[in-house]
Amino acid sequence: MSVSISEARGPLLDVRDLSVAFTRKGSPDVRAVDGVTFTVSPGETVGLVGESGSGKSVTSLAVMGLLPPRGVRVGGQVLFDSDDLLTLPRDRMRDIRGRDIAMVFQDPMSSLNPVVPIGVQVAEVLERHQDLKGEPARRGAEDLLARVGIPDPRRRLKEYPHQLSGGMRQRALIAMALACKPRLLIADEPTTALDVTIQAQIIELLKELVQDTGASLVMITHDLGIVAGLCDTVHVMYSGRVVESAGRRELFAEPHHPYTGGLLASVPRLDAPRGAPLHPIPGSPTDVLQWSDGCAFAPRCPNRIEPCTGGPPPLESIGGRSLRCLNPLTESEEVPA
Amino acid sequence: MLKFVIRRLLLLVPILFGLSVLLFVWLRALPGGPAQALLGERATADSVARIEELYGLNEPWYVQYWKFVSAAVQLDFGNSAHTNRPVTEEMLRTFPATIELAVAALVFAIGIGIPLGYFAARKYGSWLDNLSVSGSLLGVAVPVFFLAYILKYVFSVRLGWFPTHGRDDPRMDAEHPTGLYVLDGILTGNLEASWDALVHLVLPAVALGSIPLAIIVRITRASVLDVVHEDYVRTAEAKGLWERTITRRHVLRNALLPVVTVIGLQAGLLFSGAILTETVFAFDGVGQFIYEAISTRDYAVLQGFILVIAAMYVVVNLLVDVSYGLIDPRVRVR
Repeated sequence: MSVSISEARGPLLDVRDLSVAFTRKGSPDVRAVDGVTFTVSPGETVGLVGESGSGKSVTSLAVMGLLPPRGVRVGGQVLFDSDDLLTLPRDRMRDIRGRDIAMVFQDPMSSLNPVVPIGVQVAEVLERHQDLKGEPARRGAEDLLARVGIPDPRRRLKEYPHQLSGGMRQRALIAMALACKPRLLIADEPTTALDVTIQAQIIELLKELVQDTGASLVMITHDLGIVAGLCDTVHVMYSGRVVESAGRRELFAEPHHPYTGGLLASVPRLDAPRGAPLHPIPGSPTDVLQWSDGCAFAPRCPNRIEPCTGGPPPLESIGGRSLRCLNPLTESEEVPA
Repeated sequence: MLKFVIRRLLLLVPILFGLSVLLFVWLRALPGGPAQALLGERATADSVARIEELYGLNEPWYVQYWKFVSAAVQLDFGNSAHTNRPVTEEMLRTFPATIELAVAALVFAIGIGIPLGYFAARKYGSWLDNLSVSGSLLGVAVPVFFLAYILKYVFSVRLGWFPTHGRDDPRMDAEHPTGLYVLDGILTGNLEASWDALVHLVLPAVALGSIPLAIIVRITRASVLDVVHEDYVRTAEAKGLWERTITRRHVLRNALLPVVTVIGLQAGLLFSGAILTETVFAFDGVGQFIYEAISTRDYAVLQGFILVIAAMYVVVNLLVDVSYGLIDPRVRVR
């Protein structure tokens, strides 16, 4: 199959109007993701940011085709290499997973099989997608472990997940994800379960590996520090929809959506005077409005105006960024200090 | 691992010692005695005293106990008051029969239980799932002896597919070097005898294996349902592995851990279940023999048999622990 130049220049991943609803007999559908659209270009690092329940993990699982087969309705398109991953036959999708698109999960302890040696868990990806067997697969696994900075990889191959530290486990998971040099890597809060000191190491490692292999990265996180240090483009999600998309610099310098502003303001600052109050976003993500009735963030929004609760606000593009807000922040009221 | 096995085997000594004391006292606390049982209700005091002297039952219990223990460590458990033959000889005759039956019952229970439990879980909510859940409930609820009678009536008496009783056809001319009839036939090259013994085993094994089967189905099903939602199964899916790799390496290996424990416990219980099954099918094994020994207050037989069964129970559980360590590296012992 030859790839035309125009296709090669287009986005690697093109998510169009993706929606995911969890259905259950006798109760109304729960829309976890609603009309999400974004693209990932080759080599680009894209951040999906939001609180728990904002739909960012569900978005990634939908892209991977890992949502449960029953009780879920998925709509829209997920184009990868101009194939729609949502309509691809299961076996074709299995070929793509792990080879072209790989994923690193949140909790490295529970994401590794406790009764299978690390070496087998790494080598099985090579065996599946690169037709390696026995000794070559083992050596491949050893190289991968060395590459993600696991000392004494030969010995570690025979060890089990419980014998490794949390950071080592996450490194092993990254080794598995990168085994076949995927063109797209999705990392779902890869550092949430780790110590702060280890977090920085893992992010550095991901950054380095992505740069070396030229892979695109979708980083799912609620940690704006990670976004600031890593991402080219950021999509802020709230209650299943993208509320603001912008380049990293623009977003941090000038957040327009009150939710983005709230997220930035809630990060404690080291240069703030001692005893200065923190700035949490009031309320919780469960205080939402249905998007059909208005802006889901309205119940918690300091900038709320009358029309906000009068119908769904549209996603509008202004100068290279998009925003879903009727009363955005102005320059003077950005980030309360 | 070897150290662990040895330590566990050494643990057998205090266990068997404690059990033997308990057994000894408990048996002698039972109303009636072997002399009474042998001679009947109208035995004279004189004849009872003669029998008691013959078996040393007139001595104080600690003297009897000492004699029993010192002989038992040389694997001499005395003579049966009922059959008048050495207890050890009776063991060599009856244990292989029951072991063969128990193994057949376990093979039946595991061979059907694990696949059925697995597919019930994978087809959660389907007719197969519902059938296996309700079927296993029935399996646990129906008493063994009732099931045994039903099986015998339908498949032996009515349909004539299987023999009604015994371990082999009396006309069968076979040698028995080990006492495990199926194995004996293979060892002596007499495959006809093996087949005959196997056919005799089917119904008793199904009856005896029904409860373990039901329990194994339920545990496997519940365990698989748990494991398929684990994060590491999702990781395996994310790697694009083939479904059979995911099933074998990631789902079953984890899901079978609780099943192994249950199999071990059930294997121990098979000996008590065997009493009923063997009685119904006139299967000449430990169960039937102990049943008779209890009704005749045959102290020597009861002491010897119960101690050996207890030792086997400990060994079976040791095997379970060892296999547990083989499957789950987290419990591998230092």
